[in-house]
Amino acid sequence: MAVATTYPGTPSSEIGTNLEVLSKETGMYFEYSTNEKVALEVGAAAAASGLRAFVFFKHVGLNVASDPFVSLGYSGVRKGMVILTADDPSMHSSQNEQDSRIFARLANLPMLEPATPAEAKEMTLAGFEISEKLEVPVLLRTSTRVNHARGVVTLGEAKKVSLDGHFDKDPMRFVPVPAVARRSRAKQLERMKVAEHLSEESPLNFESGKGSVGVIASGVAYTYAKEFIEDASFLKLGFTYPLPERKLRRFISSFDKVAVFEELSPLVEEKVIQLAKEENCDLRVLGKLSGHLPMAFEYSPETALALKPELKVKEMGKPIDIEPIVLPNRPPVLCAGCPHRATFYAVKKALGNREAVFSTDIGCYTLGINPPMSSADFLLCMGSSVGAAGGFSESTKQKVIAYIGDSTLFHSGLPGIVNAVFNDHRYLLVVLDNGTTAMTGHQPHPGTGRTHVRPTLPLDIEPMLRGLGVKFVQTVDPYDLGSTTAAVREALDRDAFSVIVSKRACPLALMRKAKLERTAYVIDQAKCVRCKTCFTKFTCPALAFDGKDVTITPEMCIGCGCCAQVCPKKAIEVVK
Amino acid sequence: MTYDVLIVGVGGQGVLLASRVIGEAAMREGHEVVMSEVHGMAQRGGSVSAVVRFGKGVLSPLVPKAGADLILGFEPVETYRALPYAKQGTVVVTDIGRIVPMTVTGGNERYPNVQELLSAMRRSGLRVISFDATKAAEEAGARVTVNSVLIGAISTLRGFPIREDTLKEALLSSVPSKAKQVNERAFELGKKAASL
Repeated sequence: MAVATTYPGTPSSEIGTNLEVLSKETGMYFEYSTNEKVALEVGAAAAASGLRAFVFFKHVGLNVASDPFVSLGYSGVRKGMVILTADDPSMHSSQNEQDSRIFARLANLPMLEPATPAEAKEMTLAGFEISEKLEVPVLLRTSTRVNHARGVVTLGEAKKVSLDGHFDKDPMRFVPVPAVARRSRAKQLERMKVAEHLSEESPLNFESGKGSVGVIASGVAYTYAKEFIEDASFLKLGFTYPLPERKLRRFISSFDKVAVFEELSPLVEEKVIQLAKEENCDLRVLGKLSGHLPMAFEYSPETALALKPELKVKEMGKPIDIEPIVLPNRPPVLCAGCPHRATFYAVKKALGNREAVFSTDIGCYTLGINPPMSSADFLLCMGSSVGAAGGFSESTKQKVIAYIGDSTLFHSGLPGIVNAVFNDHRYLLVVLDNGTTAMTGHQPHPGTGRTHVRPTLPLDIEPMLRGLGVKFVQTVDPYDLGSTTAAVREALDRDAFSVIVSKRACPLALMRKAKLERTAYVIDQAKCVRCKTCFTKFTCPALAFDGKDVTITPEMCIGCGCCAQVCPKKAIEVVK
Repeated sequence: MTYDVLIVGVGGQGVLLASRVIGEAAMREGHEVVMSEVHGMAQRGGSVSAVVRFGKGVLSPLVPKAGADLILGFEPVETYRALPYAKQGTVVVTDIGRIVPMTVTGGNERYPNVQELLSAMRRSGLRVISFDATKAAEEAGARVTVNSVLIGAISTLRGFPIREDTLKEALLSSVPSKAKQVNERAFELGKKAASL
């Protein structure tokens, strides 16, 4: 591939980490785009110019990119284009567990579904070939247990890439005015007929094993079925849109009973039921719709057990009796010295007894949901904090405060800000600017002043917002709790759209670059009155309470000095 | 025959690195290997787990409940939390050093007695090898070598299908050259601790 683009999101982020390295070796162009829609558009232009393009993001990223995605199903590409979506069944790190396979049907684009890391590599290559045959992008649908799995993969040679594309103009194809779009629509349907044929012939849909029942499986669910279901014939589906109808008809005709093993939506299952009806065969289909298998959450080896006694399942180990001991939970928390904690604290302080609705966004700061900060009341998706805050400010009399991170602001916050200026919304937006995309692994963004390869002109948030017509913008350092609180107070009193940019680098990012300068703090136990204000109201994980004294854990403390400002007795001091 | 290893701990302890070393060693011995990990919010102090499965016909990236042959725990509460994956005959190797979560330091939850956790595991019929791996790592010369200590410990287990040499080579090839010595010491101390 010659061009690759993404916006980071778990479980797809590690692909970018690898492509950073690979692009240096091969001369491939790789960029962190400002959001998934832009990433897809950059990739589409490359593929229209005759270069292979690879675009990847998490499942909800495909929602963001869905507009160009559906249009691409009309105009298509000239060279191979593979779009990878990383679904997250069970929502290990996501707000929903949508089944992105539905997008293939929506956009009339072919789709491949790998079950293992080795297949992910093979199907990326196969995807490019299919894409080049049909001149449309191919959707590569992965899931967490494929993305965060490791296995033996045989690598090919990383070939040198030259970025010598050329866009041959053809507005009658690439500019979908209604007359063009109507023609493309007809072509699209013809193309899907060819895709059906490719799916029928594809070695990615194959049979294995011999047994008394049939099992049809796709994605990682196949690995559980194949390893743990015994006495079964398997039809493994890798080319899952369009489905190979003839192959399916042939397969189901040999059995009285077929189990369908797929995560999330019963898409293959519905097709199997439809085909069985058409064939007029008396087939029992075991799956989600029959009530045997769960509709929600990811599958696991135990999911196969739900098919007992209809199917023979491999003997699992004998469980032990576990004595019930109550174990403490270990939820993720904001890191020691995280500037977000300081910002939340200062805003709470400025609010005093006043109530506010906190419209939050996606990033580490969503952890503000936890007490005592309790600074997250409403969230839909990336960038929703700003739009929704406008809605709250117009439809309620409550104070409204929105939180958005810097990367998320560039991703999809800007239209909401323009909307707030245009429609004169009255709320406070706090930009939590830590100079990185922290949550997904510290990728660069338009404000960081660097791409993954070179320095670039940083978009400075305060002047940018002034340029957009925001009247009140003030940048503060959240480690200075007093000034931050005062600025928030002033902004809240304005009762108009105001922005505070709370700017402080992510300490974890600094630590990784070995650029963190630590100042050691200690609690003077003679001055401490055991009020535990620092511990209960500020809750930095570097503070520990042993039932009697609060102490600072030196290995964890990064020396932000915030707890020292919180202490009413000035008992927290710099170590001399 | 497959051999299933479940590795559990807290973000930052080296759970993922340990899984890669074991997986690499299994691959070097010609096994089919499948690995997976959950590390969504790991760096923010949450629980982390990783799976290494190897042997003929392994496909699933997840260990079935009551399916682990070995549970390697970096933290005693996390080890106990993993017990649904233990079966009769599972060996548990665990560090006894506690990492107390915020839920406990905040006074909302209680951290159970570590000896009690270990005794309860033994009463469940598990073979438990427990020791202070952090102390051993410090003795080796660097606290960050805890995972080398634990890998050293599992290398001596009866029935563990990977040779000690392979495991050690895989470990040492995963660390920068100037850290080889200290990791080798840690590996040996782990071996010693496990055979006591």
